[in-house]
Amino acid sequence: MTALEFTLVVWALSALAGFLGALTGLGGGVVVVPALTLALGVDMKYAIGASLVSVIATSSGAAAAYVREGFSNIRIGMFLEIATTIGAVLGAFLASRFSTHALAIVFGLILLQAAYMSFKGMPENAERVASDALATRLRLGGAFPVAGSPQTYGVRNVPAGFAMMFGAGALSGLLGIGSGAVKVIAMDRVMRIPFKVSTTTSNFMIGVTAAASAGLYLKHGYINPQVAMPVMLGVLAGALLGARLLVHMRVKTLRMIFGAVILALAIEMIVNGITGKV
Amino acid sequence: MDDRRLETIIGRLLQAGVLLAAATVLLGGVLYLAGRHADRVNYQAFVAGGPDTRTLDGILRSAAHFESLGIIQLGLLILIATPVARVGLAIAGFALERDRLYTVVSAIVLLILLASLLHAT
Repeated sequence: MTALEFTLVVWALSALAGFLGALTGLGGGVVVVPALTLALGVDMKYAIGASLVSVIATSSGAAAAYVREGFSNIRIGMFLEIATTIGAVLGAFLASRFSTHALAIVFGLILLQAAYMSFKGMPENAERVASDALATRLRLGGAFPVAGSPQTYGVRNVPAGFAMMFGAGALSGLLGIGSGAVKVIAMDRVMRIPFKVSTTTSNFMIGVTAAASAGLYLKHGYINPQVAMPVMLGVLAGALLGARLLVHMRVKTLRMIFGAVILALAIEMIVNGITGKV
Repeated sequence: MDDRRLETIIGRLLQAGVLLAAATVLLGGVLYLAGRHADRVNYQAFVAGGPDTRTLDGILRSAAHFESLGIIQLGLLILIATPVARVGLAIAGFALERDRLYTVVSAIVLLILLASLLHAT
Protein backbone atom coordinates (compact mmCIF):
# COMPACT_ATOMS: atom_id res chain seq x y z
CA MET A 1 0.00 0.00 0.00
CA THR A 2 1.28 3.51 -0.74
CA ALA A 3 1.33 6.20 1.95
CA LEU A 4 -1.52 8.05 0.20
CA GLU A 5 -3.73 4.95 0.00
CA PHE A 6 -3.01 4.03 3.61
CA THR A 7 -3.84 7.55 4.82
CA LEU A 8 -7.13 7.72 2.91
CA VAL A 9 -8.31 4.23 3.92
CA VAL A 10 -7.42 4.80 7.59
CA TRP A 11 -9.09 8.22 7.53
CA ALA A 12 -12.32 6.78 6.11
CA LEU A 13 -12.38 3.84 8.57
CA SER A 14 -11.71 6.21 11.47
CA ALA A 15 -14.41 8.66 10.38
CA LEU A 16 -16.91 5.78 10.28
CA ALA A 17 -15.75 4.56 13.71
CA GLY A 18 -16.02 8.07 15.20
CA PHE A 19 -19.47 8.53 13.66
CA LEU A 20 -20.84 5.22 14.97
CA GLY A 21 -19.10 5.72 18.32
CA ALA A 22 -20.81 9.09 18.81
CA LEU A 23 -24.25 7.80 17.76
CA THR A 24 -24.14 4.78 20.04
CA GLY A 25 -22.31 6.44 22.93
CA LEU A 26 -19.58 3.78 22.97
CA GLY A 27 -16.83 6.05 21.61
CA GLY A 28 -14.63 5.64 18.54
CA GLY A 29 -11.73 3.78 20.17
CA VAL A 30 -13.44 0.40 20.51
CA VAL A 31 -13.96 0.22 16.74
CA VAL A 32 -10.87 1.93 15.44
CA VAL A 33 -8.39 -0.44 17.11
CA PRO A 34 -9.85 -3.70 15.73
CA ALA A 35 -10.48 -2.05 12.34
CA LEU A 36 -6.80 -1.10 12.05
CA THR A 37 -5.40 -4.39 13.33
CA LEU A 38 -7.83 -6.82 11.66
CA ALA A 39 -8.51 -5.05 8.34
CA LEU A 40 -5.13 -3.45 7.68
CA GLY A 41 -2.77 -5.59 9.74
CA VAL A 42 -1.48 -2.57 11.68
CA ASP A 43 0.44 -3.56 14.83
CA MET A 44 -1.74 -3.35 17.93
CA LYS A 45 0.65 -0.89 19.60
CA TYR A 46 0.35 1.66 16.77
CA ALA A 47 -3.43 1.16 16.81
CA ILE A 48 -3.88 1.80 20.54
CA GLY A 49 -1.53 4.82 20.36
CA ALA A 50 -3.57 6.37 17.54
CA SER A 51 -6.80 5.52 19.32
CA LEU A 52 -5.65 7.19 22.55
CA VAL A 53 -5.06 10.56 20.84
CA SER A 54 -8.39 10.36 19.01
CA VAL A 55 -10.11 9.74 22.36
CA ILE A 56 -8.64 13.00 23.68
CA ALA A 57 -9.80 14.82 20.53
CA THR A 58 -13.42 13.73 20.85
CA SER A 59 -13.53 14.40 24.59
CA SER A 60 -12.10 17.92 24.39
CA GLY A 61 -13.94 18.69 21.13
CA ALA A 62 -17.36 17.87 22.58
CA ALA A 63 -16.80 19.64 25.92
CA ALA A 64 -18.39 22.95 24.91
CA ALA A 65 -21.56 21.25 23.62
CA TYR A 66 -22.03 19.19 26.78
CA VAL A 67 -21.50 22.17 29.08
CA ARG A 68 -24.19 24.10 27.20
CA GLU A 69 -26.71 21.40 28.08
CA GLY A 70 -25.89 21.88 31.78
CA PHE A 71 -25.64 18.23 32.81
CA SER A 72 -21.98 17.57 33.57
CA ASN A 73 -20.79 17.82 37.17
CA ILE A 74 -17.24 19.14 37.31
CA ARG A 75 -16.80 18.25 41.02
CA ILE A 76 -17.71 14.59 40.56
CA GLY A 77 -15.53 14.45 37.46
CA MET A 78 -12.51 16.06 39.10
CA PHE A 79 -12.74 13.96 42.27
CA LEU A 80 -12.99 10.67 40.35
CA GLU A 81 -10.16 11.69 38.02
CA ILE A 82 -7.75 11.17 40.91
CA ALA A 83 -8.60 7.46 40.53
CA THR A 84 -8.77 7.32 36.71
CA THR A 85 -5.44 9.10 36.15
CA ILE A 86 -3.52 6.89 38.61
CA GLY A 87 -5.17 3.84 36.99
CA ALA A 88 -4.26 5.13 33.52
CA VAL A 89 -0.57 5.48 34.41
CA LEU A 90 -0.57 1.90 35.70
CA GLY A 91 -2.40 0.68 32.57
CA ALA A 92 0.05 2.41 30.21
CA PHE A 93 2.94 0.87 32.14
CA LEU A 94 1.34 -2.60 31.84
CA ALA A 95 0.74 -2.08 28.10
CA SER A 96 4.50 -2.04 27.55
CA ARG A 97 4.85 -5.33 29.50
CA PHE A 98 2.00 -7.22 27.83
CA SER A 99 2.59 -9.13 24.59
CA THR A 100 0.55 -8.04 21.57
CA HIS A 101 -1.38 -11.34 21.73
CA ALA A 102 -2.37 -10.74 25.35
CA LEU A 103 -3.45 -7.18 24.52
CA ALA A 104 -5.59 -8.50 21.66
CA ILE A 105 -7.33 -11.02 23.93
CA VAL A 106 -8.07 -8.43 26.65
CA PHE A 107 -9.30 -6.05 23.97
CA GLY A 108 -11.59 -8.77 22.60
CA LEU A 109 -13.12 -9.29 26.05
CA ILE A 110 -13.81 -5.55 26.35
CA LEU A 111 -15.44 -5.67 22.90
CA LEU A 112 -17.69 -8.53 24.07
CA GLN A 113 -18.87 -6.34 26.93
CA ALA A 114 -19.40 -3.40 24.53
CA ALA A 115 -21.46 -5.64 22.22
CA TYR A 116 -23.58 -6.75 25.17
CA MET A 117 -24.19 -3.12 26.19
CA SER A 118 -25.03 -2.28 22.60
CA PHE A 119 -27.71 -4.98 22.37
CA LYS A 120 -29.16 -4.35 25.79
CA GLY A 121 -28.87 -0.57 25.94
CA MET A 122 -27.40 1.26 28.89
CA PRO A 123 -29.35 0.38 32.04
CA GLU A 124 -30.81 3.64 33.26
CA ASN A 125 -31.40 4.32 36.91
CA ALA A 126 -34.42 6.61 37.27
CA GLU A 127 -34.84 6.61 41.05
CA ARG A 128 -33.18 9.54 42.85
CA VAL A 129 -31.54 9.16 46.27
CA ALA A 130 -30.13 11.48 48.94
CA SER A 131 -26.36 11.79 49.37
CA ASP A 132 -24.69 9.60 52.01
CA ALA A 133 -22.28 11.04 54.59
CA LEU A 134 -19.07 10.93 52.52
CA ALA A 135 -20.71 12.32 49.37
CA THR A 136 -22.21 15.13 51.47
CA ARG A 137 -18.83 15.98 52.94
CA LEU A 138 -17.35 16.03 49.40
CA ARG A 139 -20.31 18.13 48.15
CA LEU A 140 -20.76 15.81 45.14
CA GLY A 141 -24.53 16.24 44.77
CA GLY A 142 -25.94 18.73 42.28
CA ALA A 143 -28.86 19.65 40.08
CA PHE A 144 -29.69 19.11 36.42
CA PRO A 145 -32.44 20.48 34.17
CA VAL A 146 -35.60 18.39 33.78
CA ALA A 147 -38.16 19.98 31.45
CA GLY A 148 -36.67 23.40 32.13
CA SER A 149 -36.59 23.31 35.94
CA PRO A 150 -33.61 22.10 37.99
CA GLN A 151 -33.93 18.73 39.77
CA THR A 152 -31.48 17.97 42.57
CA TYR A 153 -29.74 14.62 43.00
CA GLY A 154 -27.63 12.90 45.63
CA VAL A 155 -24.60 10.62 45.36
CA ARG A 156 -23.88 7.31 47.15
CA ASN A 157 -21.18 4.64 47.46
CA VAL A 158 -18.22 6.91 46.77
CA PRO A 159 -15.48 4.36 47.71
CA ALA A 160 -16.91 1.65 45.39
CA GLY A 161 -17.29 4.14 42.53
CA PHE A 162 -13.76 5.41 43.14
CA ALA A 163 -12.37 1.85 42.96
CA MET A 164 -14.24 1.15 39.70
CA MET A 165 -12.84 4.37 38.26
CA PHE A 166 -9.33 3.16 39.03
CA GLY A 167 -10.16 0.04 36.96
CA ALA A 168 -11.64 2.16 34.15
CA GLY A 169 -8.44 4.23 34.07
CA ALA A 170 -6.24 1.11 33.97
CA LEU A 171 -8.23 -0.29 31.01
CA SER A 172 -7.99 3.05 29.23
CA GLY A 173 -4.20 3.12 29.65
CA LEU A 174 -3.80 -0.54 28.73
CA LEU A 175 -5.90 -0.46 25.55
CA GLY A 176 -5.90 3.18 24.40
CA ILE A 177 -9.69 3.47 24.71
CA GLY A 178 -11.86 5.96 26.63
CA SER A 179 -13.58 3.20 28.65
CA GLY A 180 -16.60 5.47 28.90
CA ALA A 181 -18.97 2.52 29.38
CA VAL A 182 -17.25 1.44 32.62
CA LYS A 183 -17.23 5.05 33.84
CA VAL A 184 -20.96 5.41 33.18
CA ILE A 185 -21.75 2.13 34.98
CA ALA A 186 -19.69 3.28 37.99
CA MET A 187 -21.53 6.60 38.20
CA ASP A 188 -25.06 5.59 37.20
CA ARG A 189 -25.35 2.11 38.73
CA VAL A 190 -22.98 2.26 41.69
CA MET A 191 -22.98 5.93 42.73
CA ARG A 192 -26.63 6.48 41.70
CA ILE A 193 -25.85 9.61 39.71
CA PRO A 194 -28.52 10.42 37.03
CA PHE A 195 -27.78 8.83 33.65
CA LYS A 196 -27.50 12.11 31.70
CA VAL A 197 -25.12 13.54 34.31
CA SER A 198 -23.09 10.31 34.23
CA THR A 199 -22.65 10.23 30.45
CA THR A 200 -21.67 13.89 30.09
CA THR A 201 -19.36 13.81 33.12
CA SER A 202 -17.81 10.61 31.73
CA ASN A 203 -17.06 12.43 28.47
CA PHE A 204 -15.35 15.17 30.46
CA MET A 205 -13.24 12.62 32.34
CA ILE A 206 -12.19 10.55 29.30
CA GLY A 207 -9.81 13.20 27.93
CA VAL A 208 -8.08 13.81 31.26
CA THR A 209 -7.73 10.04 31.82
CA ALA A 210 -6.23 9.51 28.37
CA ALA A 211 -3.80 12.42 28.84
CA ALA A 212 -2.39 10.60 31.89
CA SER A 213 -1.19 7.68 29.74
CA ALA A 214 -0.22 9.80 26.70
CA GLY A 215 3.28 10.54 28.02
CA LEU A 216 4.19 6.86 28.37
CA TYR A 217 2.64 6.05 24.99
CA LEU A 218 4.75 8.75 23.39
CA LYS A 219 7.90 7.60 25.12
CA HIS A 220 7.40 4.00 24.01
CA GLY A 221 6.73 5.06 20.42
CA TYR A 222 3.07 3.95 20.29
CA ILE A 223 2.03 7.34 18.92
CA ASN A 224 3.28 7.01 15.35
CA PRO A 225 2.66 10.21 13.30
CA GLN A 226 1.81 8.43 10.03
CA VAL A 227 -0.83 6.24 11.73
CA ALA A 228 -2.14 8.74 14.30
CA MET A 229 -2.61 11.57 11.76
CA PRO A 230 -5.45 10.01 9.70
CA VAL A 231 -6.98 8.31 12.78
CA MET A 232 -7.19 11.54 14.82
CA LEU A 233 -8.55 13.62 11.92
CA GLY A 234 -11.01 10.89 10.91
CA VAL A 235 -12.40 10.07 14.35
CA LEU A 236 -12.77 13.78 15.17
CA ALA A 237 -14.66 14.52 11.92
CA GLY A 238 -16.90 11.46 12.36
CA ALA A 239 -17.62 12.18 16.03
CA LEU A 240 -18.53 15.83 15.41
CA LEU A 241 -20.89 14.82 12.60
CA GLY A 242 -22.38 12.02 14.72
CA ALA A 243 -23.03 14.39 17.64
CA ARG A 244 -24.85 16.77 15.26
CA LEU A 245 -27.10 14.05 13.86
CA LEU A 246 -27.74 12.30 17.16
CA VAL A 247 -31.01 14.12 17.85
CA HIS A 248 -32.51 13.31 14.45
CA MET A 249 -31.80 9.61 14.22
CA ARG A 250 -33.43 6.40 15.32
CA VAL A 251 -30.58 5.01 17.37
CA LYS A 252 -32.09 1.66 18.37
CA THR A 253 -31.79 -0.14 15.02
CA LEU A 254 -28.33 1.32 14.56
CA ARG A 255 -27.28 0.06 17.99
CA MET A 256 -28.31 -3.49 17.06
CA ILE A 257 -26.24 -3.39 13.84
CA PHE A 258 -23.33 -1.86 15.71
CA GLY A 259 -23.61 -4.54 18.41
CA ALA A 260 -23.45 -7.30 15.78
CA VAL A 261 -20.37 -5.72 14.18
CA ILE A 262 -18.62 -5.40 17.54
CA LEU A 263 -19.49 -8.98 18.46
CA ALA A 264 -17.87 -10.21 15.22
CA LEU A 265 -14.79 -8.05 15.88
CA ALA A 266 -14.59 -9.34 19.46
CA ILE A 267 -14.54 -12.98 18.35
CA GLU A 268 -12.01 -12.33 15.59
CA MET A 269 -9.79 -10.37 17.97
CA ILE A 270 -9.80 -13.13 20.61
CA VAL A 271 -9.23 -15.91 18.06
CA ASN A 272 -6.38 -13.99 16.42
CA GLY A 273 -4.88 -13.26 19.82
CA ILE A 274 -4.95 -16.93 20.83
CA THR A 275 -3.61 -18.22 17.50
CA GLY A 276 -0.92 -15.51 17.55
CA LYS A 277 -1.98 -13.80 14.31
CA VAL A 278 -2.34 -10.32 15.87
CA MET B 1 -18.23 33.09 38.90
CA ASP B 2 -20.30 29.91 39.28
CA ASP B 3 -19.50 26.36 38.14
CA ARG B 4 -21.57 26.71 34.99
CA ARG B 5 -19.86 29.87 33.75
CA LEU B 6 -16.47 28.39 34.55
CA GLU B 7 -17.27 25.25 32.57
CA THR B 8 -18.53 27.25 29.59
CA ILE B 9 -15.26 29.20 29.41
CA ILE B 10 -13.23 26.00 29.78
CA GLY B 11 -15.32 24.27 27.10
CA ARG B 12 -14.74 27.05 24.58
CA LEU B 13 -10.99 27.08 25.20
CA LEU B 14 -10.82 23.31 24.78
CA GLN B 15 -12.65 23.47 21.49
CA ALA B 16 -10.21 26.12 20.26
CA GLY B 17 -7.32 23.91 21.39
CA VAL B 18 -8.68 20.90 19.52
CA LEU B 19 -9.17 22.95 16.35
CA LEU B 20 -5.61 24.29 16.60
CA ALA B 21 -4.30 20.74 17.14
CA ALA B 22 -6.33 19.37 14.21
CA ALA B 23 -5.13 22.19 11.91
CA THR B 24 -1.51 21.51 12.90
CA VAL B 25 -1.87 17.74 12.33
CA LEU B 26 -3.57 18.43 8.98
CA LEU B 27 -0.74 20.76 7.90
CA GLY B 28 1.84 18.12 8.81
CA GLY B 29 -0.20 15.46 7.04
CA VAL B 30 -0.48 17.49 3.83
CA LEU B 31 3.28 18.19 3.85
CA TYR B 32 4.01 14.50 4.50
CA LEU B 33 1.80 13.30 1.66
CA ALA B 34 3.07 16.02 -0.70
CA GLY B 35 6.59 14.65 -0.34
CA ARG B 36 6.07 10.95 0.25
CA HIS B 37 2.64 9.91 -1.04
CA ALA B 38 4.10 7.16 -3.24
CA ASP B 39 6.19 5.55 -0.46
CA ARG B 40 5.36 1.91 0.23
CA VAL B 41 4.15 1.72 3.85
CA ASN B 42 3.56 -1.18 6.19
CA TYR B 43 2.87 -0.92 9.91
CA GLN B 44 2.65 -4.65 10.62
CA ALA B 45 5.79 -4.79 12.71
CA PHE B 46 6.21 -2.41 15.62
CA VAL B 47 9.31 -0.19 15.56
CA ALA B 48 9.54 2.41 18.30
CA GLY B 49 10.98 5.19 16.10
CA GLY B 50 13.59 7.85 16.87
CA PRO B 51 13.62 10.76 19.33
CA ASP B 52 12.16 13.08 16.65
CA THR B 53 8.75 11.55 17.24
CA ARG B 54 9.09 10.39 20.83
CA THR B 55 10.58 13.10 23.03
CA LEU B 56 9.45 16.67 23.69
CA ASP B 57 12.85 18.10 22.64
CA GLY B 58 13.00 15.97 19.52
CA ILE B 59 9.48 16.86 18.40
CA LEU B 60 9.99 20.61 18.96
CA ARG B 61 13.31 20.53 17.09
CA SER B 62 11.85 18.55 14.21
CA ALA B 63 8.78 20.83 13.95
CA ALA B 64 11.02 23.94 14.06
CA HIS B 65 12.83 22.54 11.00
CA PHE B 66 9.41 22.29 9.35
CA GLU B 67 9.63 18.52 9.02
CA SER B 68 6.21 17.01 8.33
CA LEU B 69 6.29 14.25 10.95
CA GLY B 70 7.52 16.69 13.61
CA ILE B 71 4.60 19.01 12.80
CA ILE B 72 2.10 16.12 13.14
CA GLN B 73 3.58 15.20 16.53
CA LEU B 74 3.49 18.87 17.60
CA GLY B 75 -0.23 18.93 16.77
CA LEU B 76 -0.73 15.79 18.84
CA LEU B 77 1.18 17.38 21.74
CA ILE B 78 -1.16 20.40 21.57
CA LEU B 79 -4.05 17.94 21.69
CA ILE B 80 -2.62 16.12 24.72
CA ALA B 81 -2.21 19.51 26.40
CA THR B 82 -5.94 20.36 26.13
CA PRO B 83 -7.18 18.19 29.02
CA VAL B 84 -4.17 19.27 31.08
CA ALA B 85 -5.15 22.90 30.47
CA ARG B 86 -8.71 22.01 31.42
CA VAL B 87 -7.58 20.83 34.84
CA GLY B 88 -5.32 23.88 35.26
CA LEU B 89 -8.24 26.23 34.49
CA ALA B 90 -10.46 24.33 36.91
CA ILE B 91 -7.92 24.98 39.69
CA ALA B 92 -8.04 28.70 38.94
CA GLY B 93 -11.84 28.64 38.85
CA PHE B 94 -12.21 26.80 42.16
CA ALA B 95 -9.64 29.13 43.75
CA LEU B 96 -11.71 32.14 42.59
CA GLU B 97 -14.80 30.53 44.11
CA ARG B 98 -12.77 30.11 47.33
CA ASP B 99 -13.54 26.40 47.23
CA ARG B 100 -10.49 25.07 49.03
CA LEU B 101 -11.41 21.36 48.87
CA TYR B 102 -11.82 21.29 45.09
CA THR B 103 -8.83 23.53 44.48
CA VAL B 104 -6.79 20.84 46.24
CA VAL B 105 -8.56 17.96 44.43
CA SER B 106 -7.89 19.60 41.03
CA ALA B 107 -4.29 20.30 42.01
CA ILE B 108 -3.76 16.60 42.83
CA VAL B 109 -5.08 15.61 39.38
CA LEU B 110 -2.83 18.20 37.71
CA LEU B 111 0.19 16.89 39.65
CA ILE B 112 -0.50 13.29 38.51
CA LEU B 113 -0.84 14.45 34.89
CA LEU B 114 2.32 16.57 34.95
CA ALA B 115 4.33 13.91 36.77
CA SER B 116 3.39 11.27 34.20
CA LEU B 117 3.97 13.55 31.18
CA LEU B 118 7.26 15.03 32.42
CA HIS B 119 8.59 11.73 33.69
CA ALA B 120 7.90 10.11 30.33
CA THR B 121 9.20 12.86 28.05
